Amino acid sequence: MIDRLLAETTARVARLVAGTHIASATALDDGRQRVYVANHTSHLDFVLLWACLPTRARRVTRPVAARDYWARGAVRRYVAERVFDAVLIDRRPAAGCPPAGPAAVERMLEALGDRRSLILFPEGTRGSADGMGAFRSGLYHLCAARPGLEVVPVHLANLNRILPRGEFLPVPMLSRVTFGLPIRLGAGESRDAFLERARRAVEELAS
Amino acid sequence: MTLLRDPAFLGLSGAILGFLVLATAVARVLRWRVRTPGETIANLNARIDAWWVMCAVFTIALLTGGAGSYLLFGLMSLLALREFVTLADTGRGDHRALFWAFFVVTPLQYVLVALKAYGLFSIMIPVYAFLFITVRVVLAGQTDRFLARAAQINWGLMVCVYCLSYAPALLTLEGPGLHGQGARLLLFLVLVTQFSDVFQYVCGKLFGRHPIAPTISPNKTWEGFAGGVAAAVLFGAGIWWVTPFSPAQAALLALAAALMGFVGGLVLSAVKRDRGVKDFGTTIAGHGGMLDRIDSLTFAAPVFFQLTRYLVGG
Repeated sequence: MIDRLLAETTARVARLVAGTHIASATALDDGRQRVYVANHTSHLDFVLLWACLPTRARRVTRPVAARDYWARGAVRRYVAERVFDAVLIDRRPAAGCPPAGPAAVERMLEALGDRRSLILFPEGTRGSADGMGAFRSGLYHLCAARPGLEVVPVHLANLNRILPRGEFLPVPMLSRVTFGLPIRLGAGESRDAFLERARRAVEELAS
Repeated sequence: MTLLRDPAFLGLSGAILGFLVLATAVARVLRWRVRTPGETIANLNARIDAWWVMCAVFTIALLTGGAGSYLLFGLMSLLALREFVTLADTGRGDHRALFWAFFVVTPLQYVLVALKAYGLFSIMIPVYAFLFITVRVVLAGQTDRFLARAAQINWGLMVCVYCLSYAPALLTLEGPGLHGQGARLLLFLVLVTQFSDVFQYVCGKLFGRHPIAPTISPNKTWEGFAGGVAAAVLFGAGIWWVTPFSPAQAALLALAAALMGFVGGLVLSAVKRDRGVKDFGTTIAGHGGMLDRIDSLTFAAPVFFQLTRYLVGG
């Protein structure tokens, strides 16, 4: 209850500080399962993307976050797991362990279930404002395992100026969240082609 | 709530209410009569609807006495500064300086105004904040475009916070001719500058032929300028009775406010042109951002305040 309230409050405050202008090419409140993929430049990203979803979609949408970062320390862990109900996945395996990829995809599929949606930052880490990095393959494996899953490209603008990497206090600035038209993994589409197409779909929303 | 027993305030509020009703009626009839209402008529309706909200908020703030007005203008400063900084060319190294500008300098300025500390609020930003922000930027260690970045943050603070804070500072004026009439002066300034803006817009749309500054704003014309300033001066002289001044003095103050308001609009249009945007934001439907609405007020307020202060001998 308190966790839910904290999440809603954080979302409201984030939208207020970031004076977010939302542009959406699609209706998102039809209860369909989706994966929202966005560029990643700030800790605010998942909070704001989540805050900008229609209420119905927000209730079922969980962010995917890196365990090595968000499980470190009691506060971060609480914020990630309890407040935002994040799906924590391993980015890189410790030396000598099997690769983390398949386990991470497994975790995401489990989290999706038959009614949840996910927020995913396929660059894998916070990049710079200038350009997006390549998408990691997790998104492809997720879509391959769940044919027909809708991938909604989302572009987040200016959030890196509101809360840049390494800062803990935000500065008010106007931001823009743009939802693009959903894409799906095509039949026989190769991994690299699909990942590049998804990346470009996000990038194109920037202008 | 003494304003509620002030006949001048009530009379003027009634007149504004009448004016709003009339404007709303005209805009609605236009939308109804014109077979295919274009963008101008849709925008006119949106603008007038927003005026209702702005008038209501401003009236409520005035009625609360000082506190509400300082709070309202403080929030307007924050919104304006946010729009300005979004467009400014700031970099990674400016984050901490910006944090100070938003969360320390801006509130402090309005606290000093509320404390009626003229000696401090008139120099805090141009002297102390100017030096502090510049030093804070340099300490971040980012040297590329250093001068441009530091200058832009300081400019934003001057226009969005320092200049605008002179409007509610009118509430702090005391002098032989003033008996708690600060709220009336603030009302006079805001009405005259906004009246000038509205008539510039209306005269420009109706009669505008000759652009006054074609490279800066094609919408600003000599006809609009003349109509707006003339209307503001007549209006200011007509409501001299809300001020402690004679009709001639009120007309001169209105002229100063309208002229400063015009150049303020011109300067902020140049900023928008420079950054390649049409509006500063989307806060006020039909008008654009906060800074689009108060651009004239930021330039008019300090000059109007100083002239008034001189006239009342405070």
